[in-house]
Amino acid sequence: MYAFEYQRPATLADAVAALTRSEDARPLSGGMTLLPTLKQRLAQPSELVDLSGVPDLQGVREEDGALLIGAFTRHADVAAGETVRRRIPALARLAESIGDRQVRNRGTLGGSIANADPAADYPAAVVALNATVRTDRREIAGDDFFTGLFETALEPGELVVGVRFPVPDAAAYAKFRHPASRYALVGVFVARFGAEVRLAVTGAGPSVFRVPEMETALASDFRPEAIAGITVDADGLNGDIHAAPDYRAHLVTVMARRAVAACG
Amino acid sequence: MACTITLTVNGKAVTREVEERTLLVHFLREHLGLTGTHVGCDTSQCGACVVHVDGRSVKSCTMLAVQAADCAVTTIEGLAPADGTLHPMQEAFREHHGLQCGFCTPGMVMSAVDLVTDNPDPSEAEVREGLEGNICRCTGYHNIVKAVLAGAQAMRSADTEAAAAAE
Ligand SMILES: Cc1cc2nc3c(=O)[nH]c(=O)nc-3n(C[C@H](O)[C@H](O)[C@H](O)COP(=O)(O)OP(=O)(O)OC[C@H]3O[C@@H](n4cnc5c(N)ncnc54)[C@H](O)[C@@H]3O)c2cc1C
Ligand code: FES
Ligand code: FES
Repeated sequence: MYAFEYQRPATLADAVAALTRSEDARPLSGGMTLLPTLKQRLAQPSELVDLSGVPDLQGVREEDGALLIGAFTRHADVAAGETVRRRIPALARLAESIGDRQVRNRGTLGGSIANADPAADYPAAVVALNATVRTDRREIAGDDFFTGLFETALEPGELVVGVRFPVPDAAAYAKFRHPASRYALVGVFVARFGAEVRLAVTGAGPSVFRVPEMETALASDFRPEAIAGITVDADGLNGDIHAAPDYRAHLVTVMARRAVAACG
Repeated sequence: MACTITLTVNGKAVTREVEERTLLVHFLREHLGLTGTHVGCDTSQCGACVVHVDGRSVKSCTMLAVQAADCAVTTIEGLAPADGTLHPMQEAFREHHGLQCGFCTPGMVMSAVDLVTDNPDPSEAEVREGLEGNICRCTGYHNIVKAVLAGAQAMRSADTEAAAAAE
């Protein structure tokens, strides 16, 4: 690791000030992605601003028909949290499926979405649940947040403060896990809000995406059979040693059907 | 650059000067001489480095020593009581042949204790799921799972005895 400075501010204002003071400063949340990156010398921040001491970034609150989850809430706490399990059980189960126990004990919601790994789980929930990402300076619609491979709408130094998840009438996440890393080869999150259905796919493309054709079909007939014949184009999907693009395209329909079936 | 941190390790307060970039695992092994915590990979996947920080299992190769400032850390060396007996989970690993070369064992035991603290009576499937962050190159996991199930039972009886003694 290259040398860096470190601080653990106690307030959001101090964290934001530290990040704006130096353009090479980086927020540190769970460190489950950032520290391995630093160990491989793939990044050289001048300073790490540890967010663990900022109370404003932690915890889960109910807020008129939605859950507001602080950016620093760890995966394990989303998975076990009473409020999340009661209001959006699919989100708790998604968090429970991330990595392994030790990764969940450290990794956070904010770190995961800021990192925007194409195979990460949370992006599917943020988009399908029509969530809003709150930052230190604005609100960003889930649909506009993920802009590409490891790319988000965040500006340099902008901090994710929390995510507001509207509570759906029904939702489920179906994930084809990579057996070693547990990341999603393909993960599909489906959510029904009254007559509207939203369906988002992670793992398959460079960034999370919706499948409007499936959403329309499910809006009039919310059963797995309604989308059995709908496929996504393999062009532009990810291909690697784990799965070719056409295999991922196939998995999208399979996982989408499983997610709808799991909504019961 | 360096800074001074104070933390509790295996029940004792320690204050040391560390570089900001020093990993917790290197701090434990090289600064404190607690070499029971191992390093088996550089991808945060193997779990040989698992310790408890404020009661939760974490991979100490993916945490900075400075992040553990003001925390309570328990390593495999801090698990057994001072009277020279083993912790019930360690005893179960010995009894059920839950190790061969032993490299993964400290991490396995620390993960297992955290798992059982959360879920005192886990099923076999829950044990396997709970150990997903720990890789073993020798045993094929079967005896590790047996050991954890037996260790869980022993920890439950120890708790019951402690509760009875307290009455
Ligand atoms: C072995 C292993 C298995 C994993 N498996 C999975 C899996 O199955 N599914 C999955 O989704 N993920 C998986 N992960 C990733 C894990 O979920 C990480 O926790 C996550 O990607 C990053 O979160 P973090 O809190 O650790 O962030 P960090 O590593 O601390 O930060 C990640 C990036 O986000 C930035 N950042 C952090 N917090 C903020 C903020 N509040 N605002 C703005 N920027 C911020 C940092 O500067 C950094 O660039 C795995 C990781 C490991 C090591
Ligand atoms: S040394 Fe492999 S996970 Fe820490
Ligand atoms: S006993 Fe050798 S790696 Fe597990």
